[in-house]
Amino acid sequence: MTGVAYLDHNAGVPALPQVVAAMAEVLAETGNPSAVHAFGRRARSRIEAARAALAELAGADPAAVVFTSGGTEANALALRGCGRSRVLVSAVEHVSVGGAVAGAETIPVDGDGILDLAALDRLLAADDTPALVSVMLANNETGVIQPVAEAARIAHARGALVHCDAAQAPGRLSLDLSGLGVDFLTLSAHKMGGPAGIGVLIGSKSDMDLAPILLGGGQERRRRAGTENIAGIVGFGVAATLQMGRMAAGGSGDGDAILGMRNLRDRLEAEAMARVPAAVVVGNRAERLANTSCLALPGVPAQVQVMALDLEGVMVSAGAACSSGKVEPSRVLAAMGLPPEVAGCAVRVSLGPASSAAEIEAFLAAWVALARRKGLDVSDAAEAA
Amino acid sequence: MAYSDKVVDHYENPRNVGALDKESSNVGTGLVGAPACGDVMKLQIKVSAEGIIEDAKFKTFGCGSAIASSSLVTEWVKGKTLDEAAAIKNTEIAHELALPPVKIHCSVLAEDAIKAAIADYRRKAGLPEDEAEKAAG
Amino acid sequence: MTAVAKSKTIGRGPGQPIYLDYQATTPCDPRVVEKMLPYLTEKFGNPHSRTHRYGWEAEEAVEVAREQVAAIIGADPKEIIFTSGATESNNLALKGVAHFYKDKRDHVVTVVTEHKCVLDTCRHLEQEGFRVTYLPVGANGLIDLAELEAAVTDKTAIVSVMGVNNEIGVIQPLAEIGAICRKKGAFFHSDCAQAVGKIPLDVNAMNIDLMSISGHKIYGPKGIGALYVRRRPRVRLVPLINGGGQERGMRSGTLAPFLCAGIGEACAIAKAEMGAESERLRMLRDRLLNGLNARLKEIYVNGDLDQRIPGNINISFAFVEGEGLMMGVKDLAVSSGSACTSASLEPSYVLRALGLDAEMAHTSLRFGIGRFTTEEDIDYAIVHVAEAVEHLRAMSPLWEMHLDGVDIKSIQWAEH
Repeated sequence: MTGVAYLDHNAGVPALPQVVAAMAEVLAETGNPSAVHAFGRRARSRIEAARAALAELAGADPAAVVFTSGGTEANALALRGCGRSRVLVSAVEHVSVGGAVAGAETIPVDGDGILDLAALDRLLAADDTPALVSVMLANNETGVIQPVAEAARIAHARGALVHCDAAQAPGRLSLDLSGLGVDFLTLSAHKMGGPAGIGVLIGSKSDMDLAPILLGGGQERRRRAGTENIAGIVGFGVAATLQMGRMAAGGSGDGDAILGMRNLRDRLEAEAMARVPAAVVVGNRAERLANTSCLALPGVPAQVQVMALDLEGVMVSAGAACSSGKVEPSRVLAAMGLPPEVAGCAVRVSLGPASSAAEIEAFLAAWVALARRKGLDVSDAAEAA
Repeated sequence: MAYSDKVVDHYENPRNVGALDKESSNVGTGLVGAPACGDVMKLQIKVSAEGIIEDAKFKTFGCGSAIASSSLVTEWVKGKTLDEAAAIKNTEIAHELALPPVKIHCSVLAEDAIKAAIADYRRKAGLPEDEAEKAAG
Repeated sequence: MTAVAKSKTIGRGPGQPIYLDYQATTPCDPRVVEKMLPYLTEKFGNPHSRTHRYGWEAEEAVEVAREQVAAIIGADPKEIIFTSGATESNNLALKGVAHFYKDKRDHVVTVVTEHKCVLDTCRHLEQEGFRVTYLPVGANGLIDLAELEAAVTDKTAIVSVMGVNNEIGVIQPLAEIGAICRKKGAFFHSDCAQAVGKIPLDVNAMNIDLMSISGHKIYGPKGIGALYVRRRPRVRLVPLINGGGQERGMRSGTLAPFLCAGIGEACAIAKAEMGAESERLRMLRDRLLNGLNARLKEIYVNGDLDQRIPGNINISFAFVEGEGLMMGVKDLAVSSGSACTSASLEPSYVLRALGLDAEMAHTSLRFGIGRFTTEEDIDYAIVHVAEAVEHLRAMSPLWEMHLDGVDIKSIQWAEH
């Protein structure tokens, strides 16, 4: 094969050309947004324009938009700053939520990775300490979409606040705060065509109570100190505006790009199952993001799969990309009750709007060949078809 | 901080900067504010035998809004009687100059300066003190 | 010097003021931007993706940057943690160390002229039950080493003293402070946001255990900083942000390779050019100060003139008010106090700490001179400032009293 197949869009996507252009312009300017002279005022106005774009994306008040250094910090700010000593998180949350506070309780998920709403209600009913519930909108490893609005109704009925990590959702799902019914929403720019190193925590109320993690210059309405990352913020704002345009053009979550990704993803899964009967598509009975497939080759460790695929120029990931050391067995898949021979043998294939049928073929060719080398049954009939 | 065009105009072309002879019996001098607070205004009025303010001068140490407030009131008091001048309210100054909330104190200081200058004149002229002085004190 | 030849276009468009606020932030050097942009486009991998080449490429960029940052302070790359900026580095150093060692040591020593984020963090630690000693400074802005030595005890977990002050540019005696801390067994943290690339720094020679570094103060991007954390003897800290366990577990979150590449290149350039740049900036600063002294009386330099980085001069113009002066020098982008506090009407706490009267603190301007400042900029600034000061003094009642020989302090002012 020639060229490469990049199928790891949930880990990172290139910044959109308009984003890069806007950032390059800002990087050629100077000025501290806290300064009162012309340079400072220009920087300030750029930040406020981006803040307005993010607010519009989530249907929020710009005064409730807090820029952070990324999704991880935004999650930490919500979970630690909300003032609730009791925190409940779903079993499939990103580590930045699961590990944000010590002593967080776990809300179980079912075999498809969907939050157990009855368990959530029981947990909240069992203890009347004011709580925060954190449930992600879509899982980064499986793409499974959580019933966030239902979870929020249950949590609010029990007096809890609700945080939602929606880092994986922009461009794929609607992010309307009131529709989701959550109190805090996390977004990350680099998952939506913006730059890395910038994220946001958006509240449903501009007067939200939020104790800062970073103390100092009083930026972000005293919710997050530090000179603002202007280029990152501007890039984020442009990405948000482009996402809104894309969503508006294609309806809520089913634009042409999304449909295209869904078709490719479904084809990939159908072919994989047909050619390798032992293959498992994790979470396939649940509603999922259109671009994500979590595919297990039982008995072949994920690490072996990603290495073999990389040699063929196919880039996917095993588990989330954030465990800084080695690739560990996925907590997410273990929480779904998958046996180790499945949980430890799953790769994540995540598509982008520009992903092509040829990239899917490249993946299948390499993956099926690996399965054959590892002695799994491979159906040549399906291959011929 | 964005200043209004009127503030900028008064700052760049202040009206009636200068001093009158403070020893003269028909000159009243008001000195208000404090250096430590970042603004000091000196406003002087020259009063005719008919009780009309026929000249006014100021000097101000302070931000653009403080300078503009004092420059503006020197224009306003000229030709007024003492009572008319004493009736000038800080809100009128703030409104005329479109001062932002953080700068309202500049207009308050300008009002105080007028009242202090009038009180000084009245004292020198042996006129009874009136509410204006109490307000400024 | 090519950088200077291009200066008119860097960070400044036609008709814009002359930028003299290099302590608030610096323009990103075009050479830095050039290194950054590829990591937004063709090299967009996630540096934590260990499973494919895009991830490795991004990781390599991060590691090269780590080496570049380490090199400018004489550290090992493994001792460099990337953060979102010096504010986060300062928060992490102080809270992280204080929290980790709290059972044995509950005392923190810092200085009254530290950056707001250090002081705010110390106040927060006090609320949590830590004891904090705030050392005073002399009229020159420098701490008294004997006072420091007396303040540090066997209960002191961390001493935090900045390398260079952001308002007055004075350089604290880091090596001497480091020696005292080492002798007493307290960790030494230094906020070197304003010092890196301006003065030679060596964490080993100076016995610095933790050092905060900022990208945007050294011609790099905003949104990235670093914290040096010594490995031998090992400094441990409780992270502020938990999660993926990046940065040796001390700081979670996906790293932004384009920002890392930016701060790395900024350090590499600063290291290579610091000597020549310092000389040029000192010449420009002397030209500014001499030019103003030749035109104006009653102007005073705040902070020590010798123990100071060349790119800073902070001057009080007696009898004119700072904000009014700022308005008068609108063709210059300068600041009246720290950028973080200038929106407030309070006089600078740093200048007050030098023993300046509030009125003198009110009359100060900070001139930050940097890589893209030219002689023409300085000559223009001299004329422009002198004219503004003369204009304001002509209408200043205090100047009038001064000329009349009245002692302003003898007047009973009604403070409002």
